[in-house]
Amino acid sequence: MKKRKLPLWAVLLWLLVWQAASMALDSDILLVSPLRVVATLLALLPTARFWASLLGSMARILGGFFLAAALGTLLAALAARFKRVEEWLAPPVMAMKTVPVASFVILALIWFGSRNLSVFIALVMVFPVIYTNVLAGVRAADRELTEMARVFRIPLLRRIRCIALPQVAPYFRAGCALGLGLCWKAGVAAEVIGMPVPSIGERLQQAKVYLDTPELFAWTLVIVLISVGFEKLFMAALGALERRLTRL
Amino acid sequence: MIAIGKLCKAFGGKVVLQDFSCEMEEGRVTALMAPSGAGKTTLLRILLGLETADSGEITGLSGKRLAAVFQEDRLLDFMTPVDNIRLPEPKLERAVILREMAAMGLTGCENQPVRELSGGMRRRVAILRALLCGADVIALDEPFKGLDEATRARVIDETKRLCRGKTVLLVTHEAAEAERMGAKIVGLLDSKG
Repeated sequence: MKKRKLPLWAVLLWLLVWQAASMALDSDILLVSPLRVVATLLALLPTARFWASLLGSMARILGGFFLAAALGTLLAALAARFKRVEEWLAPPVMAMKTVPVASFVILALIWFGSRNLSVFIALVMVFPVIYTNVLAGVRAADRELTEMARVFRIPLLRRIRCIALPQVAPYFRAGCALGLGLCWKAGVAAEVIGMPVPSIGERLQQAKVYLDTPELFAWTLVIVLISVGFEKLFMAALGALERRLTRL
Repeated sequence: MIAIGKLCKAFGGKVVLQDFSCEMEEGRVTALMAPSGAGKTTLLRILLGLETADSGEITGLSGKRLAAVFQEDRLLDFMTPVDNIRLPEPKLERAVILREMAAMGLTGCENQPVRELSGGMRRRVAILRALLCGADVIALDEPFKGLDEATRARVIDETKRLCRGKTVLLVTHEAAEAERMGAKIVGLLDSKG
């Protein structure tokens, strides 16, 4: 499942349209120019507060993502093995898929306060995606290979590494790619409401309050860059780990 | 001696095996011959522990290490032939595997993933996996199907050599294959009620 890259010409054309529109409007509050966004970002980069906000959000949101990936995989494996576990998990999974993020955010604010809000929201958003994907992967696993492993009495660990893992990995990877996009969107939205300090969400909220559109765009650009950058890094690491684990 | 006694199996009211009995001499090849649909594969699956019989028993298998060549190759597509053969027994030396692969006419493909190999080459990898893993009892379900005439003769001879001293149940339609393997032939239809 290879993602198609964005064509450079299309990106450049949209940047030109954006620049032209901002020049036509001539208002930094309504629509800041792309050049001004880059200048704002460059001004933010050397400040300690920028890095504290960035790292604070990354730790919480990615913490929620990793927790969801681990829990989703473990519970999907159990659900595939025990029908009762799948039935027991069906209502909460359905709720996580359908309840609006805002409801979860308000509930989590009451339950946990603002500090760990984005951890919980990232977890709630990513868990059903990973759980559903891994469960589908286990269900789609080739029964003939499982039987072969039984007959040859291949030890459990080798079965998991060499037979189960290569079959489930594409489903897990697809879940992670989707989950990484979701966790940043929902996690930052939760931070905007809960305003934990230091965080990207808190900086976005401040930018909104002071109508600081350049900083709002600069932080948005940061979120896009770390979301895309981390996804690429994570997927490459996952691929390398998979190759290492499935080696006999 | 592995003894199969009065084995019965039905799927949803359709009787597949009825009171089937036979004995397999240890260290020898027993060939089970019957037309399609006579229950050969079901019998093999019961023997391998993949199905349970409705009644009857199999004795002499406890503590024995099993291996099989299924009707399908059941290989791990992303792995090389060498790794597929080593999967049940990772301590198997690469040199031994390469030597036996060459004896079966599999050369120059040892580092390719098996998904890139032809059907006949994949079949030979599946056969070698069963023969080299150190099993005491080997079930071969139409193992030479899909091999051309010249390759088939060579593979049968190599299989016979590598099976020496092991208890083998060969399922086949071809009397010539059973004869070339030096097997004792058992008919399945004879035992059906």
